[in-house]
Amino acid sequence: MTPDGDEAEPNTVSERTTQRAPSDDPATQDRPAGSATMSSVTDTQPSTTGSSRTTSGGTGERVFRALTTGSGLVVVVAIALIGLFLIVQAVPSLLANNDNFFTSPEFNTTDASNLRFGIRDLLAVTLLSSLLALVIAMPIGMGIALFLTQYTPSRLAQPFSYVIGLLAAVPSIVFGLWGVLVLAPAIEPIAAFLQTYLGWIFLFAPGNLPVLTGTIFTGGIVLAIMILPIVTATTREVFSQTPRFQIEAAQALGATRWEVIRMAVLPYGRSGFIAASMLGLGRALGETIAVLLVIRAATSPSHLSLFDGGYTFASLIASAASEFSQPLPTGAYISAGLVLFVLTFVVNAMARVVAGGKVNG
Amino acid sequence: MAKRLDLKDVDIYYGDFHAVQNVNLSVPPRSVTSFIGPSGCGKSTVLRTLNRMHEEIPGARVEGEIQLDGEDIYARGSDAVAVRRTIGMVFQRPNPFPTMSIRDNVVAGLKLQGVRDKKKLDEVCEASLKGANLWKEVSGRLDKPGGGLSGGQQQRLCIARAIAVQPDVLLMDEPCSALDPISTLAIEDLIGDLKKDYTIVIVTHNMQQAARVSDQTAFFNLEATGKPGHLVEIDDTEKIFSNPQERETEDYISGRFG
Repeated sequence: MTPDGDEAEPNTVSERTTQRAPSDDPATQDRPAGSATMSSVTDTQPSTTGSSRTTSGGTGERVFRALTTGSGLVVVVAIALIGLFLIVQAVPSLLANNDNFFTSPEFNTTDASNLRFGIRDLLAVTLLSSLLALVIAMPIGMGIALFLTQYTPSRLAQPFSYVIGLLAAVPSIVFGLWGVLVLAPAIEPIAAFLQTYLGWIFLFAPGNLPVLTGTIFTGGIVLAIMILPIVTATTREVFSQTPRFQIEAAQALGATRWEVIRMAVLPYGRSGFIAASMLGLGRALGETIAVLLVIRAATSPSHLSLFDGGYTFASLIASAASEFSQPLPTGAYISAGLVLFVLTFVVNAMARVVAGGKVNG
Repeated sequence: MAKRLDLKDVDIYYGDFHAVQNVNLSVPPRSVTSFIGPSGCGKSTVLRTLNRMHEEIPGARVEGEIQLDGEDIYARGSDAVAVRRTIGMVFQRPNPFPTMSIRDNVVAGLKLQGVRDKKKLDEVCEASLKGANLWKEVSGRLDKPGGGLSGGQQQRLCIARAIAVQPDVLLMDEPCSALDPISTLAIEDLIGDLKKDYTIVIVTHNMQQAARVSDQTAFFNLEATGKPGHLVEIDDTEKIFSNPQERETEDYISGRFG
């Protein structure tokens, strides 16, 4: 779990760096122009003054600019190389595939001369489990963030935040163990209840597993708990930065605590909350080991029900990792990885659209 | 509408810190009272106790009585939220709700009070914007966000928002300090119009402004940093600026101090 979590954070930081690097350009270009008109403050114009101080200042500026631009480029290059690796490795297997890659529920790579694989079920299981996690974690995460920023005195909010931080530090294998041994049997009655009374909705219809434990439903709940810390921490940060004068505007009109939240805190934090949720979704999509432990393998195709079993992209790849000996079957799994890679990009892009282009800012 | 405010032996504390000492003053209805004094003298603090906004700061408390037409706003059973619905406030920095439309900003207080009738809301919106001298400038773009207006317009929008609920008293905490001279003039003219209907208390750092807009002026001072602020005197504005009773006041308004 930590690799995924770590991946998500540097991503956003580096995105900021890349955004900042170009925006630095006009500033540095402006300065010589500005100092040319105001010759008294020629700090970065070596041609007129030529003193050693201004030259070294110019060098420092250039070095720093090269460093920041370089740091920004590292990420772009890394992502490009990863994408390239995935495509190069996946294409031969995709060409050798004897089934439809997008619509086949099968993933059979035992015979390298007759590859039959498709991502239909992988996509269904991945999306269903991650979206269920998101649906559960978003309201709870927002609730915790509001509780911590608006309702709790700061001396209580601090330790509470530490506890949430601890939740983020629990290794995902532990979540997996807990999910399969404790949670799955514990929520079986709830699953049975949902299936009995809401079974007419396809999500709660009987799935492709003979039992109600180890389903996407269980996996989604485990994922929800796993992404809760990241959703909560980011949302709390945004909510706590609501400008004082906005809150006072609502208070002075006679708004109650909840009305202050509705009028000042939520409009201000909306885009940050969506960004936080998308970070969580990104994590849920890529979570591997807990999902592999919790969600059972299924023998028949997915019914698009929460009570299905099966593999997600990540758990399928992990489960087959020991058999990556021949290039063609391996490439089949890499093509699955490629789809997951693209999926996270799509999620990120959607987050930007939903948040009105203000994610991370 | 337009009620009278009386402060009796008011002491204000932040935790152990005694911020303001023994304030006694009265604000008659349909008049403008300005609070002047050096920074830290407690004039904004006193203003904020008048609608119980200071309670949002942990540890803040008030002793003494603050009466609105004879009723103690700190009486047991009286609720800060209810007090704020009848005593409006305009802040130093214009603070319209940035994502709300101009119309929604104006009627935000009414909506909080449960008014849902669209016709009534539209009427109040128009009347309040006219009352705040903003109607002509924004009538064509009521659905645009309030954050898109200029600073002076935003402040008048905030005034429109405050008067939309027909408050008993209107408090203004340095309402022009973030504005340019032209916008300041617009707000000052507006204050002159509003006092026909409202009781207004304004805190200002600008003595000329106090002289221009107010009927009576209260001068606050503090002996030294860390000591509590106190009310030096309150009198008709004309008298305070021409012939104050106290030496301290004279020193301050003549620029010998502060």
